[in-house]
Order: sequence, then C-alpha cells, then structure tokens
Amino acid sequence: MATEPRGILDLLSPYPPGWGGTLLVGAASTIAISAGAFLIGILLGTGGALGKLSGNRPLGLLLNVYTTAIRAIPELILIVGLYYAGMDGLNRLLAGLNLPAIEVNGFVVAVAVLGFVQGAYMTEVLRGAILAIPVGQIDAAKAFGMGPMLRFRRVILPALLPNALPGLANLWMSVTKDSALVAVVGYQELALATRLAGASTKHYFIFFLASALLYLALTLVSNIAFNLIERHVRRGQPKPA
Amino acid sequence: MTFSWIASYWSLLLAGAAQTVLLLVISVVFGFILAIGLAFAQVSGGPVTQYLARGYCTFLRGTPLLIQLWLFYYGVGSLLPMIPGLRQSLFWPILREGFFFAAVSFTLNYAAYEAEVLRGALLAVPKGELEAGRAFGMRPFTLIRRIWLPRAIRIALPTIGSEIVMQLKATPLAFTVTVMDLYAVASKVRQDTLLVYEPLIVVTVFYLILTAIIARAFRLLEAQVPSRR
Repeated sequence: MATEPRGILDLLSPYPPGWGGTLLVGAASTIAISAGAFLIGILLGTGGALGKLSGNRPLGLLLNVYTTAIRAIPELILIVGLYYAGMDGLNRLLAGLNLPAIEVNGFVVAVAVLGFVQGAYMTEVLRGAILAIPVGQIDAAKAFGMGPMLRFRRVILPALLPNALPGLANLWMSVTKDSALVAVVGYQELALATRLAGASTKHYFIFFLASALLYLALTLVSNIAFNLIERHVRRGQPKPA
Repeated sequence: MTFSWIASYWSLLLAGAAQTVLLLVISVVFGFILAIGLAFAQVSGGPVTQYLARGYCTFLRGTPLLIQLWLFYYGVGSLLPMIPGLRQSLFWPILREGFFFAAVSFTLNYAAYEAEVLRGALLAVPKGELEAGRAFGMRPFTLIRRIWLPRAIRIALPTIGSEIVMQLKATPLAFTVTVMDLYAVASKVRQDTLLVYEPLIVVTVFYLILTAIIARAFRLLEAQVPSRR
C-alpha cells in the first residue's frame, strides 16, 4: 500500500486505499442474497401453503415437520447445518450419478439455505392470508368455471396480498438481517466485508458503525417501499376506522 | 451416527449449556427492565425522550444483531484500552471477556424489541382503569406500579414468551466473540472429531427442550391470572 489513509473519510472512500467500495460491494451482495432467498421463500411458501390447505394428510404432516423444525431451531445452527448438509448431499448425489464432486459457489448455497428457511415462515404467513379470504369469493370463482390456475391468479392472489403483505414485509426485514449470519460460514457479504476492513485497518468501530448504517438504510428504504406496495394492493378497499 | 464423543465432552457440554442459559437470563432480565423505561419514554415522555427512545428502537431493530455484537466487541472493545487507568482497574478482567460484550449487546437488542411490545401493551390498557386509579388519588408512579404496568404485562404475556424464544435462538451468535457457549462447544467437537452433524443435533435437541420449557412456563404463567373471554 503506497499511501496510508489517515482521516475517517479517507478510510470510507470508495477507492482504494479506502474501504468504502468493499463495503458497498458487500452491501450489494447482501441485497442480492436476501432478494434471492426471499423469492425462493415465496415459491416454497406458496407451495407449502397450498399443500397444507389441500387436505392431503401425509403431505400436511411432512409440511408441518418442515415448518415446525425450521421455526424452532436457531438460525445460526440451521445455516451452518444446512450449509454442510447441502454441500454433502449434492456431492453424494453427484457421486451416485458417477459425476465428479463440485465446489458450489458460496452465493448459491447462501441463497438456497436462507430461501429454505424463509420458505417455512412464508408457508405460515401465506396459509393465514389464504384462510382470511372470504370463502364466497373462491366459491364464486368456482361457479364461474375457473380452473385452479386461473382461480389462483385472478382471485386468490389479489385477495391474499393485502392480508399477507405485513407478514411478508417482516420476513424481508428478517432475511436482510439473517443474511449477516452467512458471514459465519465464510461468504463475503456486508458483515464479513466489514470485519475484513476492520481487521486490516484496526478501525473496527468506524467500519461497523458504517455497515450498521447501511443495514439501517436498507431497512428504512424497504419500509417505505412496502408501505407504497401495501397502499397499491389495498386500493379500493374500505379504510379501517 | 456416532455419539460416543459425548462421554469425553460431557463436562464441556454442560458448561456450554450453562453459559447459554446464563446469557439468556441476563439479557432477558436486564433487557426487560430497560424496555420498561423505553416503553414509558415513548408512551408518556416529552418530545425529546420520545424521539430518543424511538431512535434507539429503530436503530437496534433495523440492524443485524451480529453487526451490533461485532460493533460492540471489536469496535468499542478496541477503544476501551484507550481510556486511561481502565486497564489497571478492578473491572478490566470482566471488560476483557467476550461474555461481557455478548451479554451487554444481547441485553440492549432484547430491550429494543421488548420495548416495542410493551409500548403496544401500555396503549392497550383500557383508559377507564387508569382514570379509576387517578380518581383514587394515586400518584403517577403508584398508578404505573399498581395498574398500568401489571395490566400491560398481562396483555403482552404471550408475545413476551415468543420474544424470549427468539432471544434464545439468537444466543449461539455469542460464539463469534469467543464465548464458550453450547454452540461453541459443538464446533470444538467438530474440529476435534470431524463429526459435522452429531454435535449440531445435540445442540438442536437442547434448544428444542429449552424452547418447550419456556413455552410451558408461559402457559402456566398465563393461567395464573384469570381473564374474561
């Protein structure tokens, strides 16, 4: 390193030797991991909610084990356990197919693991939201001769969104924060980037404060976004007194 | 699956479990006391205290606990030795430990979440009950101690139970700041014996049992207070 940064602003400058760029890249990958996990969670959750409501006993039992276990076990243990189990399982599968073992990209594993965790919470949120739809609306759709797909797209989905949105917003907030746990298994997102920046400059305090503020900004911006979306999906509904 | 390692790690596992429970109890007890202050500051404080309490809750609820823990352990921890005389003082052996930093940051974090719960509960206490207390000539502090706070805690009880479980699930983070909690013992076992899943299973079972105990305790506690439904 040619020039040693001195002031606080030099340390946070986006160009080397400042570490601001590293933090911003870390923040971008935090958002990417969270968004990916959130989407996987929505897919798993939709499937899980419909499965729980389908009345199929074995399927319902299986989904109950999934949601109960995920919600009862500490996130850190889940992430570490699934991280190893996922890698292991994939390589065993490949070995069974006579394919060479591969080293999976940390990003993919992080998204998959967090998505799997999100899916359990989403299942419960979406199940509650679907149950809150007045039965008459679904009966009306059936009476019109809509198929299950069309019914889901035109009636169930628009009607469940206002019910599900507060829960989904909470889950988004928790996945952005849970993504910090991926740092423990060694994938570089904002939390780990911050620790590296701190370790190499010894200015831990300033970097952790900066990254806390980045997370806070993400939370506050998401809050505004979810309020706007909620206003959109609730248009035409009576305002609560 | 081999669990024969448990025999040789028995005492370590027990000590780790004690550390985990101790962290939980410290953060819940002190966090709850702090939360009462924060909740009242938001509900009946002046504009400045209201603003400060709101800001505190927003900051601690809007950032990951892991970052708060590291900000405190690495950040504040690296600034502490600069205070003159602290190194020679009585407190230094405590201030040097990761446990101290974990306990304080878990407490501060728990207080922020609990304050939100209590704030809602304080607002949910029927106005008439407070007015009745005032009509009896109760001073503000007596009113809080005898009516407002007990009623609010009763209203918030189910939520408090699940908040404690959430806090329990956050405790393994302490291992990142060198606390030898149960999870840290499990990862030591992994390093020593190269068993990945068995230690994690043991830790998971411990957490499930503790969760069940907390849930049961709160069900008993809720049943203590008769309520009209």
